[in-house]
Amino acid sequence: MVYFEMVKTALKTVLSKPATILYPVQAAKKTPLSRGHVVQDGSKCISCSICVKKCPAQAIVLDKEAKTWQINRFRCVVCNSCVDTCPAKCLSMDTQYTAPATAKGVETFAITYVKPAKPEKKDEQKQ
Amino acid sequence: MSKQIIVPFGPQHPVLPEPIHLDLVLEDEKVVDVVPSIGYIHRGFEKLVEKREFTEYVYIAERTCGICSFIHGATYCQGIEQIMNIQVPERAEYLRVIWSEFSRLHSHLLWLGLFADAFGFENLFMGAWKTREKVLDFFEETTGGRVIQGTSKIGGVRRDISGERLDRMVKDLDDLDREMKELTDVFLHDDSVKHRLRNVGTISRNDAYHLGAVGPTARGSGVAIDLRKSGYGAYDRLNVPVVTDSCGDCYSRCAVRAKELFTSTDLIRQAVKKITEGPIDVKVTGAPDGEYFMRAEQPRGELVHYLKGNGSKFLVRSRIRTPTLTNIPPLIKMLQGCELADVPVIVLSIDPCISCTER
Repeated sequence: MVYFEMVKTALKTVLSKPATILYPVQAAKKTPLSRGHVVQDGSKCISCSICVKKCPAQAIVLDKEAKTWQINRFRCVVCNSCVDTCPAKCLSMDTQYTAPATAKGVETFAITYVKPAKPEKKDEQKQ
Repeated sequence: MSKQIIVPFGPQHPVLPEPIHLDLVLEDEKVVDVVPSIGYIHRGFEKLVEKREFTEYVYIAERTCGICSFIHGATYCQGIEQIMNIQVPERAEYLRVIWSEFSRLHSHLLWLGLFADAFGFENLFMGAWKTREKVLDFFEETTGGRVIQGTSKIGGVRRDISGERLDRMVKDLDDLDREMKELTDVFLHDDSVKHRLRNVGTISRNDAYHLGAVGPTARGSGVAIDLRKSGYGAYDRLNVPVVTDSCGDCYSRCAVRAKELFTSTDLIRQAVKKITEGPIDVKVTGAPDGEYFMRAEQPRGELVHYLKGNGSKFLVRSRIRTPTLTNIPPLIKMLQGCELADVPVIVLSIDPCISCTER
């Protein structure tokens, strides 16, 4: 008859430090690869809208007229698809999770990228 | 004959992680019949296949289940690869095996914890989940996600694991093995656990086979079926031992899962030994035109993804059959004739994953 098989493990646990951390007082564990939330750099965004098409959760809205890039954090499933496909590399994945919120809403980023003017070589040659 | 009464069990019940409803027909304390009903968390994943491109649907397929998510994603990808005749690089196949086996470890440790909780062993529950945390840490370090890995893609995998990390992982596996040994010893040898689980919810080999039991539920009754033996992906190059137990009671099903933890770590070691250097993905062009039934072994049993495409970017039909669905008829058989107090333990012994089942 074997009883109290657990006692050894239980005693070890009593004498060791807690396995849990006091989140949010202590920061959560994260690694360089952790998928926290998507960050957009407006100065690099070329408004190609590939991220909008590639988002499986349809969380991204791009307005070319108003020059804004919006993300609904409550729809976003943090799959990294937009970051992988962004041709201008303006999207990146932050390792920190977004803070809890009490109301749903979208986060808006302004697109400040200005297309560089084409060099007017031909005109100069004509003159 | 005494008077029959019907006692509802679920959808909200302390032992159930997910909602399933059972109408228990009782005669005194004895269950004479059970009427199951599902449909509380249907999410319409299969319909979504018409609205998302087949390359983006990988992320959705992965979210079918929160426990065996990687295997869902990989199975979907393998199905599409079969339709499109894509040869996946060898390294990607081995990486899929490594993540799949870690998913199995994660799932079985989670289940052992929940099962311990169901038969009232709170300390063991905490211990199992503490061990599981190490597996989740590995996932986060190599894929970026703890529960949803997101590393499958059509034509290979999205992330590589460096050789140095693989070596470190094998060393960590020794520690994990030691910790799991300590944990499973309690499940396998402690008499208070045996006393609670022996001869509870017994199902014969014949019944389990004919009612379509899969995974540890079937193997616990002595039916040696394991889809990994069929050699999909890189499993044909690995030695897959099939763990079976002959009694067919709750203890047998628990023992099968406890022993499978070690076959999983063994498979990971074999995969690391055989893994080759090379690319992790191939470029995919075109769209799937045709249909395929992709079968794979999940922690709970055989998973089927049926996929049909018509040459456009959107699939025409997707059908997911999860192991829990086929394990419900054997569950009904197990419950007939048991005591009311044993119902929670028996229901949990098939490892029900209702969200997967209803998709």
